[in-house]
Amino acid sequence: MKFGVIIFPGSNCDHDCYYAVKEVLGKPVEFIWHQDTALKGFDAVILPGGFSYGDYLRTGALAKFSPVMREVKGFADKGGLVIGICNGFQILTESGMLPGALMRNVTRKYICKYLQLSTETTNSPFTNQLQKGQLLNIPIGHGDGNYFADGETLKRLNGEDQVVFRYHGENPNGSLESIAGILNAGRNVLGMMPHPDRSSEQILGSTDGKQIFESMVNALAGAGR
Amino acid sequence: MAEGRVRAFQSCGSLIRPASAVLKHKEFMITPEVLTQHGLTDSEYDRIKGILKREPTLTELGIFSVMWSEHCSYKSSRVHLKRLPTKGPIVLQGPGENAGIIDIGDGLAVAYKIESHNHPSYIEPFQGAATGVGGILRDIFTMGARPIAAMNSLRFGTLDSVQNRRIMEGVVGGIAYYGNCFGVPTVGGEVAFSSCYAQNPLVNAFALGIFKKDEIFYGRAKGTGNPVIYVGAKTGRDGIHGATMASAGFGEDASAKRPNVQIGDPFMEKLLLEACLEAMQKGLIVGIQDMGAAGLTCSSCEMGARGGTGVELELDDVPQREAAMSAYEIMLSESQERMLLVAEKEKEKEIFEVFHKWGLDAATVGYVTDDGLLRVKQHGIVNAEIPNTALADEGPVYQRPLKAPAEIPISDIELYAFLDGTDGATIQKFVDGKTSCGELLKLASSLPNLCSRQWVWEQYDHMVQSNTMVGPGSDAAVIRVKGTSKALAMTLDGPAFRVAQNPREGAKLMVAEACRNIVCSGARPLAATNCLNFGNPEHPEVMWQFSEVVDGMSEACVAFGTPITGGNVSFYNETFERDIYPTPVLGMVGIVDNLDHVTVSSFKDAGDSILLIETPTRLIGRVNLTEERTLQSFVSDAIHAGLVKSAHDVSDGGIAISLAESCYSTLHRPAIGAMARIPQYMDACKDLFGDYSSRILLSTMHASDLVRRAERSGLRCTEIGRVGGDRLMMEHGGKPVVDVAIEELESVWKQALPKLLH
Repeated sequence: MKFGVIIFPGSNCDHDCYYAVKEVLGKPVEFIWHQDTALKGFDAVILPGGFSYGDYLRTGALAKFSPVMREVKGFADKGGLVIGICNGFQILTESGMLPGALMRNVTRKYICKYLQLSTETTNSPFTNQLQKGQLLNIPIGHGDGNYFADGETLKRLNGEDQVVFRYHGENPNGSLESIAGILNAGRNVLGMMPHPDRSSEQILGSTDGKQIFESMVNALAGAGR
Repeated sequence: MAEGRVRAFQSCGSLIRPASAVLKHKEFMITPEVLTQHGLTDSEYDRIKGILKREPTLTELGIFSVMWSEHCSYKSSRVHLKRLPTKGPIVLQGPGENAGIIDIGDGLAVAYKIESHNHPSYIEPFQGAATGVGGILRDIFTMGARPIAAMNSLRFGTLDSVQNRRIMEGVVGGIAYYGNCFGVPTVGGEVAFSSCYAQNPLVNAFALGIFKKDEIFYGRAKGTGNPVIYVGAKTGRDGIHGATMASAGFGEDASAKRPNVQIGDPFMEKLLLEACLEAMQKGLIVGIQDMGAAGLTCSSCEMGARGGTGVELELDDVPQREAAMSAYEIMLSESQERMLLVAEKEKEKEIFEVFHKWGLDAATVGYVTDDGLLRVKQHGIVNAEIPNTALADEGPVYQRPLKAPAEIPISDIELYAFLDGTDGATIQKFVDGKTSCGELLKLASSLPNLCSRQWVWEQYDHMVQSNTMVGPGSDAAVIRVKGTSKALAMTLDGPAFRVAQNPREGAKLMVAEACRNIVCSGARPLAATNCLNFGNPEHPEVMWQFSEVVDGMSEACVAFGTPITGGNVSFYNETFERDIYPTPVLGMVGIVDNLDHVTVSSFKDAGDSILLIETPTRLIGRVNLTEERTLQSFVSDAIHAGLVKSAHDVSDGGIAISLAESCYSTLHRPAIGAMARIPQYMDACKDLFGDYSSRILLSTMHASDLVRRAERSGLRCTEIGRVGGDRLMMEHGGKPVVDVAIEELESVWKQALPKLLH
């Protein structure tokens, strides 16, 4: 079982994800440079948070052109697990691997704070260790987390059980239906704005984020990885 | 920004040989107007001619003017700064380099420093503050350390003015923009308001980085013939004469200086960080320095001076963003996100590979020489030829006159520093004591100097790098050190109102409070950095304040064993000739030896006892250092013995505000109430809200044990009540004086700042 963490120019949660997998989960992990053109030997890929390409043009809009993204798509098409956190989620929507878009927060300000998420589905390799409706303490840190999708897409996301997390209580950024994380149709690609990498150790305030990584480990172990 | 301070003042013995190439010269008349524009006095000009043994070229005049500006040369402060304690067993690098460095054990060291960006932040708040953050981060990683935490200390005019609100929103937005994108957590700091900062906000940025103690890099140009390599952003015309601007007061034409402010690009800086650290790790770098104030000029001559070498620059090779830039412009540009480094000759190619990998420009722009001169060439002509040491070390030094001001009138807010900047009616309510303490508590909680700063710090990413154990809002921020069982605590403190009342005593108070904050978080204070924001040094009263602050700070730092490893001086903080309060800000760094010791200011569990511990002597605006040390070592021992659930320094707003702060909601519990009996020896209103020095609130399950221990140490320790319920209640002399629902109070406290800003 091997995780990979992609480094785009401007990624800044790459080391946090690496640490969570290696030191907290105790699983093998390697960095992947954005210009790499092969994803050999990886079982799960993390697109970390940060400001890839300085958020120039739009968040995630330039990173989708990085050579490694073609590989990530191929990896996902073959059923590989891909999780995009924060800027990683933005890159996944920009590259068309997930539907919808992440717009500027309604407050027009960056917001960094702990808040609660409700677990909307446990039918995914990212939430199989959680209970439906379970509330998680996981922080956000973003200026562009306002999820938007057209009515038809939204209907499909709800109908196909692709909404994984919603903000519980306060909706911090104006996301439609308080959506905080979604799956692709194949259920092997997750994008979420909140940071499980910042909430996997008690000394940082919460271990709820760790359960998401543990679900991935569980799914991979079940698949014999 | 490389601003060495307290550099050894070497005698100007070396005579200059005539320039080997022809100096471009005499096409420009140096008139008194030209000197004034460059902020140089007649005697400084004479000194320049004495050093060069000839008239300077315009480029040379520009170079001297920035290097001898107050900002870069410390010409007014140097004689005083020498009195600061800068040495200690853990100090690996004191003042004079890009940042101070201390040994934290486990083979690790931290580099840290605080620096001001006041003047640019007034002219253009967003970019001014953003580039302030960029500058201090470069100071840290230029030494090889990866920045792991940032803090900032901000001062604004009162929020009843649209302009002050605009400045504050811009400054906070700029800090967030830069720090968040760069990926450093902004974990703490302070914000205060007073009318004296209305047209001169203070933006002091602190950063701290970590590295192995045997992998420190210095800004030294060594090895004759080694290439001098320029990396990072291209040079433009922005920021020319920024350092000179920061060395003059503002008059009517402040907004006309906007083109002097640099524009920041945190993405570029993030790439620069990764590329520099990679090049360092690969052993490709001999010396490195960032280009901050005075840009290419400062970095090249300081590296040469420190290395005892010369530096020859070929400006035609400098990457340029604009066409037809003159030598003068290139040398003085303060374009951001640039670094200058010296490499061994055979490693040039490898350096280029690393920087190109990160998508950055890198170009060899010169060589290290053995003649000690900064030689600047452009289009085949020598534009400047100046001894590096004359620029970096031999600037003018002034022993400016000192004069104690006519006595400072006793202020009617003497007891309540937080009321500074509020209206007369509000002040009167606290002074005449006719309003109930419950009403006063609600009022105080909503005042700008006491209300929640959440609106500010929510805009800062304070969690990136996944080390933040205690973020903004507690007494000190605490950052876990990965790979060890330790953590670092840090805080910024600057009690300007108290310093204005009595500079020497206020400075001691500042050091004591910073150490107290560190101790309350479960750490041991190690060392400090300071940012000294003052008015016009040509005013003898200001220099007197400065001298007094240095002495007070020195005395206290010696008492606590916390050397000052560097920092920054910002003079000329004045608008329309009115000086700001003397505003020293101290950044204190401490270490937590065991993560179990990390303590926060919030109460934990219902049923816990609340203790108030005081030094025997009760003082306002001053501190008894001996008793303060006893207090701190008592609390430190109690925390380390595992007897303490929470610890909170009682500062501005007194016991009432501190109790309320400990009750407010946290990630782990909703708001919780408390019941406290104010001891009989106290006066209800004065003690509830007055900021007496040297008091700490603890919550504990071991009250009687701690009371006994405290009394043995000669401290005054009273079990004043218990945590629990949903109301904050206080009694005095058997009568209830405060009874408020804590949720209601928290909402007043939290909503105050957004309301004040609209």
